[in-house]
Amino acid sequence: MAKLLKNREVLLVIAIIALVFLIALRFPGFVAPANLARVYNDTSILIILALGQMAVILTRCIDLSMAANLALSGMVAAMINAAFPGVPIPLVILAVVALGAALGSVNGLLVWKLDIPPIVVTLGTLTIYRGLIFLLTNGAWINAHQMSDAFKALPRTPLIGFPVLSWLSVLAIAAVYLLMTRTPVGRAFFAVGGNPHAAVYTGIDVGRTRFLAYCLSGGLAGLAGYLWVSRYAVAYVDIAAGFELDIIAACVIGGISIAGGIGSVGGAVLGCLFLGVIKNALPVINISPFAQLAISGTVIIIAVAVNARTEKRKGRVILKKAEAV
Amino acid sequence: MKILKALMVTTAVSLALMAGTAHAENKKIALVVKALGIGFFEAANKGAQEAAKELGDVEIIYTGPTSTTAEGQIEVINSLVAQKVDAIAISANDKDALVPALKKAMDRGIKVISWDSGVAPEGRAMHLNPSSNPLIGNMIIKLAADQLPEGGDVAVLSASATATNQNTWIEEMKKVQGNYKGINVVATVYGDDLADKSYRETQGLIQSYPNLKAIIAPTSVGIVAAAQAVEDAGKVGQINVTGLGLPSEMAGHVKAGSSKSFAIWNPIDLGYSATMIAYDLIGGAEAKPGAELKMGRMGTVKLDDNNEGAMADPFVYDAKNVEEFAKIF
Repeated sequence: MAKLLKNREVLLVIAIIALVFLIALRFPGFVAPANLARVYNDTSILIILALGQMAVILTRCIDLSMAANLALSGMVAAMINAAFPGVPIPLVILAVVALGAALGSVNGLLVWKLDIPPIVVTLGTLTIYRGLIFLLTNGAWINAHQMSDAFKALPRTPLIGFPVLSWLSVLAIAAVYLLMTRTPVGRAFFAVGGNPHAAVYTGIDVGRTRFLAYCLSGGLAGLAGYLWVSRYAVAYVDIAAGFELDIIAACVIGGISIAGGIGSVGGAVLGCLFLGVIKNALPVINISPFAQLAISGTVIIIAVAVNARTEKRKGRVILKKAEAV
Repeated sequence: MKILKALMVTTAVSLALMAGTAHAENKKIALVVKALGIGFFEAANKGAQEAAKELGDVEIIYTGPTSTTAEGQIEVINSLVAQKVDAIAISANDKDALVPALKKAMDRGIKVISWDSGVAPEGRAMHLNPSSNPLIGNMIIKLAADQLPEGGDVAVLSASATATNQNTWIEEMKKVQGNYKGINVVATVYGDDLADKSYRETQGLIQSYPNLKAIIAPTSVGIVAAAQAVEDAGKVGQINVTGLGLPSEMAGHVKAGSSKSFAIWNPIDLGYSATMIAYDLIGGAEAKPGAELKMGRMGTVKLDDNNEGAMADPFVYDAKNVEEFAKIF
């Protein structure tokens, strides 16, 4: 039992259940299954993004440009749809996933080939990608009536009881889980973040692995771009402004170490759900908007503080006998 | 060598001076907006360009930060002061935070006016309201009440809790609430002008108030997100989304039925008028209580005790005219 409590994922599940219970005390409708499904659906985009961010953070990097990538990809998706409403939606999605991955690969190449610190690279591309949207559109919006019905309908279409948006995030979770646990690349993400020098000696190309992580996060941001734009039926320069911080916060809450090498798909997903529950609960429990910001911030800091504590047991003496001598 | 150097410097200086005199004829008016890339402000810029064309000797510098922050606007103002513009016409992200920077600009002889969202009186010569605040406050609740002859619960979805203009309109709305029998304002929530947060707040309203009949969103990002959330919740026909929005952004939602009608002043006229007033002030007109300033084709604006003036009444858009205006802005 004590061992189980030390497990981060279990702790998070307990925290989320406690949180939902507390909210239900003030607003009983929150625990209705339909509402919980709605909360999950609302969190889906964050989950898709956090999975990509997780891969990047595992390799000791960070991707601040995800929200800007999302906005640019989403805008391009909307522009394709507005100009050529006949293009099938799956094709549009493929195009923006490829575009997102290409934008991510720019980050990856700069980190890999020029060895620029990831935070600087992605801070730069963040502004560049937002600026590109501005150049593409001259600041104009693409609105609901310019998008085709099929374009807007896909994420909301119900499929076995849940909207496609929810299923897509489930699919993303499964795919990234398999990638992380069953493929050499997934294991390389952990190796590179855990100890880059040791990773080199095992034959892993650190730069290339980081590049692949950025491609993954970019591709997922591209997918999220389409989903965001079609869900809110509007595309403009500022969509998802500041969302990169939510993504990183979700990862940190989920126990993914900013120092790299530690984390799991389950943790990232739970971190997203934790944030998602808070975000969806604040509007219904009637708290002043000023307090809302403070509450979100406090919760994140508490989560990170707990995280820092659990991380302390990272070091391990493997040769106890030798040390004793 | 020394002589040559001196000669070069003199030439450079005189060239610079000549360039200076050549440009002195063109008056530089900076149109500073809350953030670049917002349809409403792009339309205002169109109006400012129109005014510049009409006046002939005016160059418009259309600028603003990339996100709606006071810090970003202060940077923009400082750079405009360094560029020595003749006038700054600003829509403020914060009523008070911009005052020191704008005061500095006024100390250098730059004419400062605010429009759309105001600056505190110490930080500007005059403020141009797109319409008068009481008229807007009345209009947004009237739009909701017109569809509710029997009365009912109504909620407000605003931008951020600190947005000057939003708060004023909501205050004015509450003052005249008594004139609309049976209309009950149950809540005011804040979507921070972010699509996802506004969407979520709307979902919260739908859940918390099962008898909700209308949502008033006096913000262009909020009204679109609220309309989408109402459509997704299958509440079209039960909840009417109204408030202030742009025709191009709302056309789809009027067609879908989630919004019966909404209002906005003409942002093109607003940018036009702000430019005309700035030009009038550069030309020597003085902004003081009771003064009348020229706005070209929009007539004149009369200033009240706070040096504020109103341009025109908000204009109502519905299924009949929204398509036509959607092509303009």
